[in-house]
Amino acid sequence: MSFRAGVLVFPGSNCDRDLAVALRQAGADVTMVWHKDTDLPAGLDLVAIPGGFSFGDYLRCGAIAARSPITRSVVAFANRGGLVLGICNGFQVLIETGLLPGALMRNAGLKFICAVETLVVATADSPFTCGYAAGDRIRVPIAHHDGNYIADDDTLAQLEGENRIAFRYAENPNGSRNSIAGILSGNRRVLGMMPHPERAVDAVHGGTDGVALFGGISLALAEGALQGG
Amino acid sequence: MKAVVHVTLRNGVLDPQGDAVRRSLGSLGFAEVENVRVGKMIELDLTGEDRAGAEVRVAQMCEKLLANTVIEKYTVEII
Repeated sequence: MSFRAGVLVFPGSNCDRDLAVALRQAGADVTMVWHKDTDLPAGLDLVAIPGGFSFGDYLRCGAIAARSPITRSVVAFANRGGLVLGICNGFQVLIETGLLPGALMRNAGLKFICAVETLVVATADSPFTCGYAAGDRIRVPIAHHDGNYIADDDTLAQLEGENRIAFRYAENPNGSRNSIAGILSGNRRVLGMMPHPERAVDAVHGGTDGVALFGGISLALAEGALQGG
Repeated sequence: MKAVVHVTLRNGVLDPQGDAVRRSLGSLGFAEVENVRVGKMIELDLTGEDRAGAEVRVAQMCEKLLANTVIEKYTVEII
């Protein structure tokens, strides 16, 4: 089905147009949303926060973007039950807003890693992962310096207990606790993930394992009243 | 008036950067270095003369932006 998506654009975002292409391919009507806007376009089903180096990664990755005018509206949108997807730097932004718990630290090996990783789908129970089956192994690129997910023991136990790990690395590339590559919010409508599914949606990308993520969003929206407003 | 903020990782949070610095110091012959923690220092030039008030305001700045209190702690010094 057709759905309405907004893709945020910060100074230094560089995966915004790739993300728009992937969403359009899944049937989305996409609007690019500039960081200085204070309000999201009306009637969005999904807000997507792209990868890149928003504000040059100054202070901490995602820290400045998380305090941008538009981001306040995104937090309100999420709190109303809207779907929010943050990829790579977008995940870092979501962590900095507090919509998702924990922190993303420098990779354990200290190096920027650009590679195609095997991910294990840890749950199919979310609007983002319903196009997969739990246990599916998918190939998705990563490209980050600060993707080492950490959280305290209690938070980690809660994430595990509530089945909120969306994806894990088959082989941990960056030191993330429990090999976490992506996590869901408590209401399962906010997903943050370091890997780039928008870079795996066309045969020329070298793989199409990301297609089911964007298709899943469309499917979930068609099936349920997920609209956040 | 100036505020100096030091932001460092909380105790117990692994610091891979600090560990790399420690190993590098070791390879330079500084074998006595047991542990290294790397942090950042932020200097703020402030208007006004109210030092106690400034301390409160800068602590708010740390909580809201300058530090990620999930993994970092901070100290504020007004000079």
